[in-house]
Amino acid sequence: MTIMQSFSELMHQRQQRETVKRSRPVETATEVSKLEVSNLNFFYGEKQALFDVSMTVPERSVTAFIGPSGCGKSTFLRTLNRMNDIIEGTRLTGNVTLEGQDIYATEVDVVALRKRVGMVFQKSTPFPKSIFENVAYGPKIAGQRNQKELQGIVEQSLKRAALWDEVKDRMQDSALALSGGQQQRLCIARALATNPDVLLMDEPASALDPASTARIEDLIFELKQNYTIVIVTHNMQQAARISDWTAFFFQGYLIEKDRTQKLFTTPKKKQTEDYITGRFG
Amino acid sequence: MSVSGNLREPALAKRHRIGQLFEWLCCGSTWFGMIVLALLLLSIGWKAMAWPTPDADAVDRAAATKTDATATALLSPRPLSSRFLTSYDSRIPQKAGIKAALWGSLWLLVFVAITTVPVGVGAAVYLEEYSNEGRWKRIIQVNLSNLAGVPSIVYGILGLTVFVRMFGLFGHDGKVLDLNLGFAMLSLPLPFERSVISGALTLSLLVLPTVIVSAQEALRAVPSSIRNASYALGATQWQTIRHQVLPAAMPGIMTGVILSLSRAMGETAPLIMIGALTYLAKCPGKIDGVAAVWEHPAGLLEAPFDVFTSLPIQIFNWVSRAQPEYDHLAAAGIMILLVVLMVMNTAAILIRNRFQRRTQW
Repeated sequence: MTIMQSFSELMHQRQQRETVKRSRPVETATEVSKLEVSNLNFFYGEKQALFDVSMTVPERSVTAFIGPSGCGKSTFLRTLNRMNDIIEGTRLTGNVTLEGQDIYATEVDVVALRKRVGMVFQKSTPFPKSIFENVAYGPKIAGQRNQKELQGIVEQSLKRAALWDEVKDRMQDSALALSGGQQQRLCIARALATNPDVLLMDEPASALDPASTARIEDLIFELKQNYTIVIVTHNMQQAARISDWTAFFFQGYLIEKDRTQKLFTTPKKKQTEDYITGRFG
Repeated sequence: MSVSGNLREPALAKRHRIGQLFEWLCCGSTWFGMIVLALLLLSIGWKAMAWPTPDADAVDRAAATKTDATATALLSPRPLSSRFLTSYDSRIPQKAGIKAALWGSLWLLVFVAITTVPVGVGAAVYLEEYSNEGRWKRIIQVNLSNLAGVPSIVYGILGLTVFVRMFGLFGHDGKVLDLNLGFAMLSLPLPFERSVISGALTLSLLVLPTVIVSAQEALRAVPSSIRNASYALGATQWQTIRHQVLPAAMPGIMTGVILSLSRAMGETAPLIMIGALTYLAKCPGKIDGVAAVWEHPAGLLEAPFDVFTSLPIQIFNWVSRAQPEYDHLAAAGIMILLVVLMVMNTAAILIRNRFQRRTQW
């Protein structure tokens, strides 16, 4: 049970940190669900990748998806902003609603949806352009032409992504010249620039060194005050450190979803316990 | 002393000799092509720099025509001179030049580029970015590769039927369509006859498959993570193509386009097929410089529908004449054509290198 103990220690440290950061602790915050998923089945061609998944994602919180490779957690994340639409031969049944609106309804424009549900990928993907152009891309394609407005948006987004101080003097330099951790924060800034409600993150720190990872985690902690964040992670300690809710996926099924503290200290299902104690996966 | 401790192995020497022989063979194959090319360039350059030594007959002929001092002063001292670039073809070899062919090639280049770039890149973008994988795409893909291998003379026949004659749709004498463009009148002859536009369209058909295939490869080389990142920020497919995919693929596309254009510049057979092999002492639209455009701006509209000749055609024309002087003129023409093509290919390489350094994922 030493692993369980280390998790509860983590929880304890976190609570202390949270009470320092904001006046009201997470536990008493009122839960308003942002995303609701019911009976979702997902297919790549003939192969079914998700089986009857239902869950709610509460507003202004961090929800983490954990599970072994190929368990469907990334696929599930990508159904939330319809990024799977790009892949040919995929099919989906069930319901996903964002603030009560069905995002798979025929009258929904995917472009409008993705503006509200931003995404950050595992591999940082800065465009081969300047730092400024990278962050300004979202607002620009949405029709923002006013240079002054754009500058304001870029500055604010970079500040929120905790990158402003490092790049403010070289906004016209190529984004490809930034370090790996800076590139990933740039991608977060870029996603924030379109002013989304929800931020999806697909293993945003898995390719980074520990110091950069810590910065990204701090950032996520800050961002949840304004955004609903859903994060896929391989790293259980990371999920325990930053998330309010954790969902455990296994072989396309959602096994268990609970408050992070409960899931890591007193999991209800045997499979969850086996996974978080390192017995498999 | 044990066997394994023996470091002298006579049998190994033979293996080393075979290895050495193989290295020499590979080295030889590399230099074979280079040496032949160098010999060719030297012999052509030699020819281009001097007239043939006149035989007794020619001296007699010259005496018979009683050339005076002023007339000799107008003759160029060697085939490749500044005069060669600024005069038209002539029946006196020493007065002949390549001006009409240079301007004809320039017009061809412009119109081949104008038609090939949008059509070629458009087709490549459709095939790579929009069309779904499936039987139709496979059929188109296979046919594109096949078309790239069709001999150029076949495209000549196609151009003759479609552009020069237009299937004879406009009768024996053809028609002239007068279009009012607002600022000028454009007389559009139908069919196009043996004009610049016929030649350019024929050459475009010839190089389109290559342009499309190379542009497709350039588009395929753009990582899909860039596309996904753009979609995730709420970009439409067109915005993603316009702002991310095309700029990233541009160096590759440009390289393919320039190499195809230089191939079009060197093509002879299809142009002979559409009837460009004639004696010509004028530039298309009578334009032979900036001053001419200034004096006669309508020439810019007339040029595409004017008769023309091009560098390889002019070279072919000279080679097929009897006097030995024309052989040397042809050599001078080849030098000019080679310079043009090398400049274009160098441009392609420079563009590729410049952008490769800038964009790295």
